[in-house]
Amino acid sequence: MAGSNPYKTYLNIFILLMFLTFVTVAVAQFDFGALNVPIALLVASIKAGVVALHFMHLKYEDSMTWVFALYPIFLMFLLIGFSATDIFTRVTN
Amino acid sequence: MQLMKFIKSLAYPSEMLPPIIEEEESHFDPETVHSSAKMGMWLFLATELLLFGGLFAAYAIFRAKYPVMFLEGSDSLDVVLGSVNTVILIFSSWTVAIAVQAIQENKIKLVQVMIWITLICATIFAINKYFEYTYKFSKGIGPGTDIFYSIYFASTGVHMLHVFIGMIVLGIILKKTYQGRYSKDNFTAIEIGGLYWHLVDLVWIYLFPLLYLA
Repeated sequence: MAGSNPYKTYLNIFILLMFLTFVTVAVAQFDFGALNVPIALLVASIKAGVVALHFMHLKYEDSMTWVFALYPIFLMFLLIGFSATDIFTRVTN
Repeated sequence: MQLMKFIKSLAYPSEMLPPIIEEEESHFDPETVHSSAKMGMWLFLATELLLFGGLFAAYAIFRAKYPVMFLEGSDSLDVVLGSVNTVILIFSSWTVAIAVQAIQENKIKLVQVMIWITLICATIFAINKYFEYTYKFSKGIGPGTDIFYSIYFASTGVHMLHVFIGMIVLGIILKKTYQGRYSKDNFTAIEIGGLYWHLVDLVWIYLFPLLYLA
């Protein structure tokens, strides 16, 4: 953990996650129209990234573990993307 | 001749296998065992992510189709309870991370305290969820009310199942710490059990804003 006290690092990460949770709730109070969901997802993804990198030690893992971590996200985009393009481009529905 | 050999191989399959060499001890070094166990866990977590992926896909499509239903549905959910549960889960993730660090320094006592706190947090999370569900049921709202609630109950229910499995995993690990089974040279189980618990946290990080706040 870069030479410093790991417990202190974890405490800082926890405080950062609490702040981001506050941001999650705060941004939901404003109406950004069509951007509501993308903004919520962006904040959630930052939080998820912090948890994965620090709490799950992805930062210190080898490239194979990174592939396992990132590949399902790609598959999820495929699943949602193709389902959406199918459903919303049907002529009769 | 080939056919006879084949039939014989069906009758005595063990004769066709290469001889088993008995080893006194594993010829893999502990570091390799540790890192491959961790890699296996990450692969498992990838499949877990895809399990929730189906629910997220359903959410995305039906939300785009019925925006009003989803707005009304998420307004009916208790944001305070949802926020409290988010804080509880992130806090329990933090305590698990501390436990994984502590075992690498042979601080067994700290590991036990941290896992106990995690289990208590998980129990509080489950109690909150129980009140949320029963409140909804008392108002006559169930998974069959509309598509929003069916996605809400399905995704939070599958997540809840993971909380329970995580509690069982951490409970077994906690029991083994009292038997002195883990040390700084043997903490793989605590680390991959911790990874599972972080996944429970990760999924909730997405479920909370999508269901409660959207």
